[in-house]
Formats: sequence, C-alpha cells, structure tokens
Amino acid sequence: MGILDKHGVIERNATLLMVLSLVVVSIGGLVQIVPLFYLENTIEDVDGMRPYTPLELSGRDVYIREGCYVCHSQMIRPLRDEVERYGNYSLAAESQYDRPFQWGSKRTGPDLARVGGRYSDKWQVDHLKDPRSVVPESIMPSYAFLANRELNIEFIEDRIRAEQMVGVPYDQAMYDSAKSDVLAQLDPYSDGIDGLLERYPGAVARNFDGQPELTEMDALVAYLQVLGTMVDFSTFTPDESR
Amino acid sequence: MQHMVKAVVLGLIVLAAAVATNFARDLSYQVHAVIIILVAGYLFTREIGKIGNAPVPAETGYMDGVIRAGVIATVFWGITGFLVGVWIAFQLAYPSLNLSELTQGYLNFGRLRPLHTSAVIFAFGGNALIATSFYVVQRTSAARLFGGNLAWFVFWGYQLFIVLAATGYVLGATQSKEYAEPEWYVDIWLTIVWVAYLVVFAGTIYKRKEPHIFVANWFYLAFILTIAMLHIINNLSMPVSIFGSKSVSVFAGVQDAMVQWWYGHNAVGFFLTAGFLGMMYYFVPKQAERPIYSYKLSIVHFWALIFLYIWAGPHHLLYTALPDWAQTLGMVMSIILWMPSWGGMINGLMTLSGAWDKLRTDPVLRIMVISIAFYGMSTFEGPMMAIKAVNSLSHYTDWTIGHVHSGALGWNGMITFGAIYFLAPRLWNRKGLYSTKLVNYHFWLATIGIVIYASSMWVSGIMEGLMWREVDAQGFLVNSFADTVAAKFPLLVIRGVGGLFYLTGALIMAYNIRMTIIGAGNAKPKEAAPATVPAE
Repeated sequence: MGILDKHGVIERNATLLMVLSLVVVSIGGLVQIVPLFYLENTIEDVDGMRPYTPLELSGRDVYIREGCYVCHSQMIRPLRDEVERYGNYSLAAESQYDRPFQWGSKRTGPDLARVGGRYSDKWQVDHLKDPRSVVPESIMPSYAFLANRELNIEFIEDRIRAEQMVGVPYDQAMYDSAKSDVLAQLDPYSDGIDGLLERYPGAVARNFDGQPELTEMDALVAYLQVLGTMVDFSTFTPDESR
Repeated sequence: MQHMVKAVVLGLIVLAAAVATNFARDLSYQVHAVIIILVAGYLFTREIGKIGNAPVPAETGYMDGVIRAGVIATVFWGITGFLVGVWIAFQLAYPSLNLSELTQGYLNFGRLRPLHTSAVIFAFGGNALIATSFYVVQRTSAARLFGGNLAWFVFWGYQLFIVLAATGYVLGATQSKEYAEPEWYVDIWLTIVWVAYLVVFAGTIYKRKEPHIFVANWFYLAFILTIAMLHIINNLSMPVSIFGSKSVSVFAGVQDAMVQWWYGHNAVGFFLTAGFLGMMYYFVPKQAERPIYSYKLSIVHFWALIFLYIWAGPHHLLYTALPDWAQTLGMVMSIILWMPSWGGMINGLMTLSGAWDKLRTDPVLRIMVISIAFYGMSTFEGPMMAIKAVNSLSHYTDWTIGHVHSGALGWNGMITFGAIYFLAPRLWNRKGLYSTKLVNYHFWLATIGIVIYASSMWVSGIMEGLMWREVDAQGFLVNSFADTVAAKFPLLVIRGVGGLFYLTGALIMAYNIRMTIIGAGNAKPKEAAPATVPAE
C-alpha cells in the first residue's frame, strides 16, 4: 500500500489536513444541493399555489412554535396505503412557499398535508382543546389555551416583509393590507373580503374558532384548513421527467 | 488596561441587552435579553474589580481546569437530558403528563422534545466532545491549550448557548428545523463560540511538539470544521426584527428539506460520529494499554468516513417530493457508508487483541467495548433502513426512534461514560475511581436499558408500519390511524422503563464521580503529584 505511506505528509501539516478535510466534506453537499436550485423539473408547474394569507401565516407560526412538526408529517408518499389514507401524494410545488418546510420525520399522529377541509372547524377546535373528547385513543396534548390567547398582529407587516425579502411573492398591496386581511378572513361578510380574495384566490373566510375575539386558535385552524387545498388534483397531470 | 477594555465592552453589552429587553416583541426574546444582562453584568463587575491588579503570571503545564469543568458539565447535562427523555417517553404513553392545563402548554411534548434532543446531543455530547478534545489534543501534542483563557470562553460560551436554546424551546422560540431549532441570534452566538473552539483546538495542534498529528485529532478537527460549515449554511435566515426571535429561512420547500437533512444527517455523522470516533481512538487504546490495531485502516477509515457521510442526507427524504435522482444517490451512498463505519468498528474492537482478558476485570473497558459493539449494530441498521423498500416501512415510525437511541445511548452515551471514568481519577489526581463495583452496576443498568428500549421500539415501529399499510381483500385499509396509536400503548410504557434503567445508571455514575472528586474510598489523593510534562 505505497500510497498510504505518503500519508505522513498530511499528518505533519495541520493546514494541509484541514484544507483537504474541508474539500472532501464539501463534495457531497455540492453535488446534492446545488442542482436543486437550477434543475427546472425540481418543482412542478401547478396551478393554484399562492402564498399564505396573513392569518394562515400566523397560524403556521403557532404550528411551528408549538412543535406540531415533531409528531405530524406534511408529506404524503406515493405509496398505495398513504394515497388511500391521506389523498394524492405531495408535490414539491405544494411546499414551495414553506420557509422552513414542514415535511416532518415522524408520524406519532397522522399526516396533515391534506387535512384542510377534512373536518369541520368545530371538530378542529374541539380536538385541539381536548383531543380525547373526539378521538379516545389519541395521545396528543391539549391546546385549549390557544382559544384564550389573543393573536398578536401588531407586527404582521414586518412578518410579511421578511417573507418578501427571502423571495416569497407577497406584493406591496399584500404588505399594506396585512392587518385588515387578518380581520377580513374572520368575517365572510366584511367589507375587506373582496380585496382578500383578490389577493389570495381561494382563501376561505370564516370565524374559525366560533368566538368573537381574534385568537391563536383562529389562526391555527385557518392554517390547518388550508393545508393541501390549493392544488386541484382533478386537473393535475404528473410530470414524467421527474 | 485590558480589564478596562473588557469592562467597557461588557458594559455596552449590558446596555444593548437592556434596550432589547424594552423593545422585545416576544417572551423568549425578552427572557434571553434579561439572561444576557445578568451574565454580562456579572462579568462587568468582575472586570471592574480586577482593574489595577498586577497581571497574573501565565500558568504552564497542561490546562486541565477547563476539562474538569467540562466533565462535570457533561454529567450534569447528561442527567438533565435523560430525565427529560424519560419524562416525554411517559408523556407519549400517558398524555395527561403534558400538564397542559396547569402549564398552559409550556411543557407540552412538542416543546419538550427539542429540549430533550438538544440536551443530549449538544449539551451532553457537546460538552463531552469539547472536554475530551481539549484533553486529547494537549496530551497527544505535548502542548498547553492555545489561547490562554479562550478555552474558558469556549466552555462558558457553550453553556450560555445551551441555556438560551433550552429556555427558547420552552418559551416558544424555534426554527422547526430538527436539531437546528435555536433561533437566529442563538445561532450567531454559537458560531462565535465555535470559531473560538476551532482557534483553541487548531492553535494547540499548530504548536505541538510531536511531529505527527495523532489520529484522534484528525477526527476532532474534521468534526469541528464540518459542523461549522453545516451550522452556518443550514441556519441562514432572515430575522423578522432585531427585537424578536422569529426568522424566515432563506430556503423553501424541497431545497430547504435537502439542506436540512444534509445538516441533520451530518449532525449525526460529524457531531455524533466523527467527534466520538476521536474519543474512541484515544481512550480505548489508553484503557486497554494496547496500540491502535491498524494505522493504515485508520487512514482509510478517516477519509472514507468523512467523504461518504456527507452524501447520506437524502435517505431521510425517500419517497418524498425530493427528485428521484437525489433520493437514489442518497440511498446508494448510505449503503456504501456501511463499509467505513465497520472499518472503524473493527479498528476499535481489534485494538483489544491480546488484552481481551481485561474485560473480565475492568468494567470501564467493558463500557468502551460495548459502545463500539452498539456502534457496529446501529451503523449496520442505518444503511439497511436507508434502502428504499425497507424505508417505506420504517420511515415515520418508532423504528427510527429505536435506531437513533441504539446509536445515541449505546454508542455516544457509553463511550462518553467510558471517557468520564477514565478522566475523573486523572484530572483530580486520584489513585483510582471511588468504586469499580458501581461502574459495573452502571454498565448493566445501561446495557439492559438500551436493549429494552431498542427492542420495544422495533416491535412498535414494525407493527405500526405494517398496520398502516394493511388492506383487506377488497382493497380497503384495515386500521384507522387511531387503532395503531392504541396498539402501541404497552410498548411505549416498556420503552419508558428502558429509559428509566438508563437514567438510573447515569445517576449511579454521577454519585461515583462525585465521590471520586472529593477523594473518598479508593479515590485517595495521590501523594506528591508527579510533575506534568512542561508544555511551554
């Protein structure tokens, strides 16, 4: 093994050892990550994807804060039982505005990628308040406190601005009307509803938690109810080249 | 003069943190600002007190104080992490333990799970790595740690990182990237500490008296460098405000998933493997009093391991929306990774050739050997689970949890315990450990605990995987999701009991180390300490 005898050169030179190590550990990441940013078929072209409304985005922040991703995936694999149980397999396009992604790694509870519209708001609220009242086998913690906590939207414009800065297509109108869009989404008969639907096509406006106040429960349920509903799979054809 | 400058800087930090407290937009950020006021304020008064003092003459010899602190911190955070682990294990069996009403969700599983993973990986494992690397690099380079008190900055800076991360999770600050949950300002702080760590470690190597860099140090160095690269890239994000903890990742969706698991898998590959292999390459030969089995195998092991590990990330994303080419690449490289892993295991185990009889009399060596055995087991299981067909069953189930714990409890935990038992008498200059019998109890409690843990999770994971996919003759799903949750109950209880065994073993170790430090029993102080090799 003649080549190994030359290894002494590296062992005597700390700089050489560090530089070579860095080169060696960089290769894998460069090959696997960089192409994902320029290969065009990484993310499918689909209709219907839009950025989250400010209320849904706030709900997503609650989802992240409470660590829901620890037990719930949002990634349906193209396997028979999963498609049967949860619906169409997940597309890369469906998480293109998710920063960070919420695919998860563990299903202590079921997948939530297409939970939107599966249950009523009332069911969601009851389930979050006392999971075992609707699913006796459930081991989920209670999130009743969300219904008593006012949703803080004081800095919602800054929240939208941060999304804009990393490239999510929120426009100026979305930024300007962020606060009023939150309130409009809680009341389908409000004046702001037309503007909301124009900016976020297909958004659903309801009083999600059934209480008059704007709570974190409203936001979380609004987020859960939009999950997996943006793409219409009756018109979707998969891309063979992927 | 130096104290004056430091005092001014610390004073400015206190002021900035006070401003941050006032404008804080969320609870976590506010509490962190207060913590920084307290820490910087304390250091400020200390520096003020030193102004005008004569400069302290530089010490010579090995710098062991920071390592002693590191050993104590490792034991402390280990027990904290195991305790939270046992608690959340029972939360999954008995959800009322979430105490959601009482604590308003602050101690719900979703917040405590990152606390558990970070406490064991970064607090327990990280302190073990920093302490042992400082010990090993000094002994194998015949040089005192580079940078004077910079090593103490690394130690305390790292503890501050742990406290900020842990309180952040409970108070709701998280990026939701697994094992990279701390928010942007905590990430920046860790980057500063990590660069200081690299300077101390590499600086010591540069001033070594030995011509060759010892093999353990290659692994430590690769670990420090790679973790820096992974940490910086995976945590790139845009803060919503400098007065709040929330930030937005610069990566989205599929690219973010790939970057995250490139990071996540190599937190395993470099933090929990390369760094701990550095431990193995020093402490196993020392304890066995035999040279490393094969020098050439260690060269091949090192380069093959660090090259291949970095490719394995996509096996966390099999059958997802990640493009197929990346999935297949990740799977193939994960299987190839089996080879260098077992090369390392063989190099560690065969180091005992001619010294196997010591296993009968030396429980510390036994702990080290079982850790290598668990390393071999989990590095076989990992590549197997990275095969797409196997992964379609195992992914998202408790099998993954069992796999992770046979690696973390078996390999990382055990090799760390071995290193602690090796270090304690030497660092505190004692004749030996307080009690070898207690080491033996620890060995058996931990080993039995791991076996209970891993086997209950195999059964649970494979069962739920099969139940999820079960269809009847008409092609309908047989089980609802809730059925699978109910079926797991007894196994979740058994798993918690396994964790309890492991925790009990660690508590016995803590007692043993404490008694060794105070010099009781067999741990009498050595008379007239032999002069350590002058390093400067």
